[in-house]
Amino acid sequence: MSQPAASTADRHPMPGMMVYNVKLGMWIFLLSEVMFFTALIGSYIILRFAHPDHFAEPGAVLNVPLTAFNTFVLICSSVSMVKAYAAITQGDQKGLRFWLLVTILLGTFFVGVQVVEYIILAREGFVPMVELYGVAHEIEGAALYGATFYTMTGFHGTHVTIGILCMWFVLYRAWQGKYSADNYGAVEIMGLYWHFVDLVWIILFTIVYLI
Amino acid sequence: MDAHGHAHEMPWIRRYVFSTDHKIIAIQFLLMSLFFLVVGGLLAAMIRWQLGFPSEPMPGGMLLPDEMMAPTPAGAIMLPEFYNSLVTMHGTIMIFFAIMPLLVGVFGNLLIPLQIGADDMAFPRLNMASFWMAFPAGLLMLASFAVEGGAAGAGWTSYAPLSASGEYTGVYLGQQLWLISLTILGFASLAGAVNYITTIINMRAPGMTWFRMPLATWALFITAILILLAIPILAGALIMLLFDQTIGTGFFLPASDGEPLLWQHLFWFFGHPEVYILILPAMGITSDVLANGARKPVFGYHAMVLAIVSIAFLSWIVWGHHMFQSGMNPMLGTTFMITTMVIAVPSAIKVFNWLGTIYKGNIHLHTPMLHALGFVSMFIIGGLSGVFMASTPVDVYIHDTYFIVAHIHYVLFGGSLFAIFAGITFWYPKMFGRLMNEKWGRIHFWLTLILYNLVFWPMHSIGIQGHMRRIYDPTQYEFLQPLQPINQFITVCVFALVAVQAIYALNFIISIWKGKKAGNNPWHANSLEWTVPSPPPHGNFELVPIVYRGPYEYSAPDVEEDYWLQDAPPPRETAAPALEPQPVAD
Repeated sequence: MSQPAASTADRHPMPGMMVYNVKLGMWIFLLSEVMFFTALIGSYIILRFAHPDHFAEPGAVLNVPLTAFNTFVLICSSVSMVKAYAAITQGDQKGLRFWLLVTILLGTFFVGVQVVEYIILAREGFVPMVELYGVAHEIEGAALYGATFYTMTGFHGTHVTIGILCMWFVLYRAWQGKYSADNYGAVEIMGLYWHFVDLVWIILFTIVYLI
Repeated sequence: MDAHGHAHEMPWIRRYVFSTDHKIIAIQFLLMSLFFLVVGGLLAAMIRWQLGFPSEPMPGGMLLPDEMMAPTPAGAIMLPEFYNSLVTMHGTIMIFFAIMPLLVGVFGNLLIPLQIGADDMAFPRLNMASFWMAFPAGLLMLASFAVEGGAAGAGWTSYAPLSASGEYTGVYLGQQLWLISLTILGFASLAGAVNYITTIINMRAPGMTWFRMPLATWALFITAILILLAIPILAGALIMLLFDQTIGTGFFLPASDGEPLLWQHLFWFFGHPEVYILILPAMGITSDVLANGARKPVFGYHAMVLAIVSIAFLSWIVWGHHMFQSGMNPMLGTTFMITTMVIAVPSAIKVFNWLGTIYKGNIHLHTPMLHALGFVSMFIIGGLSGVFMASTPVDVYIHDTYFIVAHIHYVLFGGSLFAIFAGITFWYPKMFGRLMNEKWGRIHFWLTLILYNLVFWPMHSIGIQGHMRRIYDPTQYEFLQPLQPINQFITVCVFALVAVQAIYALNFIISIWKGKKAGNNPWHANSLEWTVPSPPPHGNFELVPIVYRGPYEYSAPDVEEDYWLQDAPPPRETAAPALEPQPVAD
């Protein structure tokens, strides 16, 4: 997988990281993703410390129980992703397709709940715009709360959505029987990405909703 | 090898336009960034016209639209808003679309697979995507000149709140295009960085251990790590600023309790690693060329690698030195001053190692060598003037003056650009199969070196005397009026400097067809790219090369020539003697 055009079998490249290129590339890409969310989360922490009056008490504006349930759903989707990966390492095509589909459905449910949450919050006057914050209804906090909330959760939701689209592609290929017990790299890196997105959400849920 | 066969059957568009071959992508990046280098140079010339001859009709100014130039009977006079756009776009285009793609896009793509003995990048299609994101991003940036309100005018650093609301600059769409263009370019850089890191870790030829890699590849590897970790920070900041501009959030706007300083922190947390993204590859190229020109191994190879790594590490904890005058806590200022001074140590290690490399060498002053020597000497000046800014008490005085303009140009023009000239001339054969003209190369070097110093050296002086940076008309201040002759002198020299670059451009273009055929190894160098034909075929190596030694075995006593290719098998007589069973002493 790592050496598509190896011309002579006896001339192996240096051992490197001992993982195939695509997996290494995904790990490296995820490092940059860590830095991206660091920028957003770091800004949130700084703004919140600088202007505590902009931010409401946990649960005052945001619906914590609903999102806690949504978090549970996303964690379940990580489990189903692992089941899909475990299935194909055993060569179980049916299991792969089933668990990929379950992961897609759980992920879609998560994004769906987030969209509904956004709509409800926006109707309550919780918006990112300075001019419109709390105009529809009187609510706690001020504009920086809305701006940081929607930027962080929005970019996370975008990542989940991109993950779901990629997963449809993996599922399509799985249906064509492209993966096997010897060739499951795409499923593995899909899983890496999915678990990363899941992990980011656990951090976001903690610092945005609970603290 | 079937890879060779494929290349010839591919249609033209797949071979030269949407190519996945790293060498073609390198050439695409080269042409793109040289184009932007010319654009950036012309913008600089216009800036200099206004500074040398404030509010006098600019030659050719009538060709520009009324939004940029105010037409008068005598000719067209530059508008202040347009001057702001020029300053902003000169910095942006030079940094993001000329120097950065020249160093990382061109040399990263060209050298990494060739120097480590790989057939291509780890992800060739991602590599192609990288170019085809970077190029439209550049076009978008240029297009912003044509939109209503003109191009972005808040400086290349786009400090908030100036950049966060169009009310302050009069630029609405231009600033948004600036943000979007840089975000797209960020994706391109990330794609490149993931590719380079994966390729270097996983695809080195047998025997190519970490400490047998040429320093150019080492520098590009560390640079790729900096890009990987720094660009996402910029992306986050750009996106928040874009939200401030478009949907009306208030991240950076003080009117709504946002934090303008937050922008500066985010920008410079990216921006200082970026500074080293722009110089580390230049250092790597210089090391390769200097060793070749001096016919000696690089002095202190391991120290060079460690210096690159430690510069890269330190670059993450110095960003506050851009913000001494921004109202940051003075305690923090002292911390950042100390970390910044510490960077001088690995930088000095590199400089002394370069001097050690050429010391008592059998020096061949070919064009790339001249440029590399130019790099070292100009980098010393630029590095030393950096220490002035790093010490907070001095910085109070020279902050935002022409002293900083002189400093950055000594590092980026005298430093990076000279190394780029060295690199292009040195590796030209690996791109086009021919050598550039040596005589015109030297003429271009000397004229550039002299004119360049005439342009930027006086800027130290006028900066110390209080000439502020980014000022539309310096003569409005009485204390700056006596400096006007110096400003005019600089301007005249800039025009000459820009004109002289035509020599390089012509040399570059004509040599593609008329240059001397290069052969495999015109410079008698050692690294793997010189073991293959110029230009190397699709797939690079006939057989995967086996590497026996480091890249700087010049003038080795064991071989007749004064160079020793990395993949040449060791001669039999010098091979390690077989261990004979020794009689056991009683």
